[in-house]
Amino acid sequence: MHVTHLLSWLTWLPVTGGLVLLILGDSRAGVARWLALLVTLITLLLCVPLWQGFDHSTAAFQYLERTTWIPQLHAQYYLGVDGISLPLIVLTAFMTVPVVIAGWSVIEKRATQYYAAFLILEGLMIGVFCAMDALLFYFFWEAMLIPMFLIIGIWGGPRRVYATLKFFLYTFLGSVLMLVALIYLYLQAGDYTISAFQSLPLALIDQRWIFLAFLVAFAVKVPMWPVHTWLPDAHVEAPTGGSVILAAIMLKMGGYGLLRFSLPITPDASRELNWLIIGLSLVAIVYIGFVALMQTDMKKLIAYSSVAHMGFVTLGAFLAFDIQGATGTLSGAVNGLDGAMVQMVSHGLISGALFLCIGVMYDRLHSREISAYGGVINSMPKFGAFMVLFALANCGLPGTSGFVGEFLVILAAYKANFWYALLAATTLILGAAYTLWLVKRVIFGPIANDNVASMPDLNGREFTVLAVLAVAVLLVGLWPAPLVQTMEASIQHLLQQLSTSKIPAV
Amino acid sequence: MHETVPLFLMLQPAIAEISLGLAVCVVLMVDVFAGSAQRQLTPVLTLMLLAICAWLTVSVGGVPARQVLFDGLYVADPLATFLKLAAFLSIGLALFYSQGYLDRRGIRGGEYQVLALTALLGICVLISANSLLTVYLGVELLSLSLYALVAFDRESGVSAEAAIKYFVLGAIASGTLLYGMSMLYGLTGSLDLDKLATVNAAHGAGFVIAVTFIVVAVAFKFGAVPFHMWIPDVYSGAPSSVALLISTAPKLGSFALAIRLLTYGLGADPSLWVEILTVLAVLSLLLGNIIALAQSGIRRMLAYSAIANVGFILLGFVTAGADGYRAALAYTLIYVLTTLGSFAVVLLAARDEGEAEELEDYKGLGVRDPLLALLMLVLMFSTAGVPPFAGFWAKLWIIQALLHAHHPLLATLAVVASVVGAFYYLRVIWFMYFDSGRPQTLVPRQRAARLTLALNTLAVVGLGIMPNALLALCTALLN
Repeated sequence: MHVTHLLSWLTWLPVTGGLVLLILGDSRAGVARWLALLVTLITLLLCVPLWQGFDHSTAAFQYLERTTWIPQLHAQYYLGVDGISLPLIVLTAFMTVPVVIAGWSVIEKRATQYYAAFLILEGLMIGVFCAMDALLFYFFWEAMLIPMFLIIGIWGGPRRVYATLKFFLYTFLGSVLMLVALIYLYLQAGDYTISAFQSLPLALIDQRWIFLAFLVAFAVKVPMWPVHTWLPDAHVEAPTGGSVILAAIMLKMGGYGLLRFSLPITPDASRELNWLIIGLSLVAIVYIGFVALMQTDMKKLIAYSSVAHMGFVTLGAFLAFDIQGATGTLSGAVNGLDGAMVQMVSHGLISGALFLCIGVMYDRLHSREISAYGGVINSMPKFGAFMVLFALANCGLPGTSGFVGEFLVILAAYKANFWYALLAATTLILGAAYTLWLVKRVIFGPIANDNVASMPDLNGREFTVLAVLAVAVLLVGLWPAPLVQTMEASIQHLLQQLSTSKIPAV
Repeated sequence: MHETVPLFLMLQPAIAEISLGLAVCVVLMVDVFAGSAQRQLTPVLTLMLLAICAWLTVSVGGVPARQVLFDGLYVADPLATFLKLAAFLSIGLALFYSQGYLDRRGIRGGEYQVLALTALLGICVLISANSLLTVYLGVELLSLSLYALVAFDRESGVSAEAAIKYFVLGAIASGTLLYGMSMLYGLTGSLDLDKLATVNAAHGAGFVIAVTFIVVAVAFKFGAVPFHMWIPDVYSGAPSSVALLISTAPKLGSFALAIRLLTYGLGADPSLWVEILTVLAVLSLLLGNIIALAQSGIRRMLAYSAIANVGFILLGFVTAGADGYRAALAYTLIYVLTTLGSFAVVLLAARDEGEAEELEDYKGLGVRDPLLALLMLVLMFSTAGVPPFAGFWAKLWIIQALLHAHHPLLATLAVVASVVGAFYYLRVIWFMYFDSGRPQTLVPRQRAARLTLALNTLAVVGLGIMPNALLALCTALLN
């Protein structure tokens, strides 16, 4: 099957669908649900030709679409994918489907607007991953905040206003500094294409400032310690669907930004300041792991676990320089970047699934407190099985996707520095501790109270969603080869870029 | 030279002012003789006359290139034609949006329309000013009309207070403007901006003082900190419809004032005013955004937001380069377009119990009136500078001009200030969508005004997705 303008379809089909829903109005929630599901399914189906037609052997961008957008600013409507963005696009399309299904009978207030917001969000997120023009990237990147702001604010929990404002303002602050950096680069390079930025020679002092501006934007998004505090609030207050998208996709944008912007545009500054990223990542992995251990709210626990797991992404992305320093070659550095990418996909699936699991319980008992539950497996055996599977994946059990990413990153960390590896490996203990303790308290043991006893097991809709995610988690865990192959050429290219100095010869 | 040209042709480029002057007379006469039976006649007639004047401005008054008339007092150029058109449109929209509001408040009288037209005439004179005298004439005509409009609701003590404040402060500003102009005249022997533009600034302290006085007056008209005190009082004290009027078209006049007086007349040595403007811009950005955070009334919030936005416009002038002026022009136009919309929402959200004065009154608007809330959402995000709305490009262009002129610190400050500012725009959205309001009686919907507002907002979205035409226009006008 051949579709022209595939990336435009992927971006604008959901957005258009969302706008149609908005016009449809709130009176026809039933139609809206089916329409939303249809649009997300078509978007997912469009990913099939995208994946099949993708040429693994090259790092070049594919499915290019390029037209003038704003000639006065030399900005172009320029889309394309490579091995780094392709998996994330597929992940986005994949994770939006369960979100729509998860809201099916739960969202009663302004349901049409709810689905519209998610559809628009999906399109904009795919746009972020496709954009090859920095201004277009920024356009999507910022526009995306609007639907998320509304999703948390309208359908969220009791402290939703605080959470959503914090989310918006944190991200906005990071983004505007990135905008200043992007405009600066544009004035140097003459147009806004990311590839022009990547090949632009830059003095070290410029690189440092640009690196820091990017870092603020991406660190808030990832989120890295110490700018992670918006995440637990946003997760706790967001509706289930919002949490899933936030954890599964939005956090990945930070990692994507580091790989697409920071490393190739400012390689020398990255080399110089990699201690900063590695340090913050290790703090996130170890310290946030302990923080997660102490949580009494399930969503907060998973939120902190997300921060710790995303620490692996940032760690893996910035290990290359130390590996080169320690071993003299870059060949070992592939593991770090591969690990970062696999970890992003895997964390997208696992954290999304865990938030869906919590959503299933919340729909029944309307509580997220761990202490409100206990012995859930007795009343919900099917659900318990899924929850245990995802929890094990979250602690990185071999055979699940969680293992692959963490293993690759720890391997790379070992090549760089023994102590990095040791600290990073504590996550195997800490992650297991907080996740399994959560499972023990919530799922196992005697039935805690009458409410738990009366919880009905999964219905068909919930079962389908969790089953599909479980298959995906196992598939990536047991057979990561297609994923790794897809990104291999692009990762190699990235390694080349980051090892080439951009400081102009004097 | 003009002896050889027929009078008609000589007057042709000034058709905007001439037709507008005639329109003022017509409206005044018709209103006197129409009597109270035909209340609706004056507003409708005014809008029709405005449309005719706008048409004449383009078809008859349009000039392909810069042209100086009346012994150098008056300049006609494409920029002037365009700014006048924008002012016509802005005043026309403002009057159109206000109609239902004025009826409901019982504010009647054709003088309202007449004063709006004379204010517009003042703006047009200002836009085409090529001499210090013309500048002063335009400023005074505009200001006096606005003083009277602020006090238009005779019953309201708040309005009267606002008008007095505005008048006293405005008079002081006019005084400093005159004082600066007289010093300039004393130093250079000319009132002509063309001549001033060629004067080298090596005139010592007297010149610096004169320019400072003039910049102060310009800052006052813009409403830049620390000459902003009248803005919040006028915006919240005047009837909402007057606030809508004052917050939009006069900004185009202020922009023209800065372009004619500072960048052209005193453009030989921008360093005379760049530093002062930098301070004013930074103060406006910081103070405007920070004080707006604390406002509980929507009009006071919009007032401080206006001050913060003026800071952005002034930053465009700080670059002292064509790309900065272009950015300032684009910013002013987008700001006027967006503010027309957001003040129109304030007018349309008014209920029988009274005006939608407090931010609290907007609670639950998302349920009560989904369309109005959605439009306000777009307008607020646009003013905050979030894509895909027009306000984003306005800010982007200013920041780009600043970076181009090597002001990275100012650029960073501007974006950080706009993050602070984002909070109070978001608060409006929060009240509209995240909180539920108490039940309120709805006023009859004004379909025509709502439709126009929807189109107005759609323009904000359209310019947000495709700003090409506007950017190209600004580039062509300020070369």
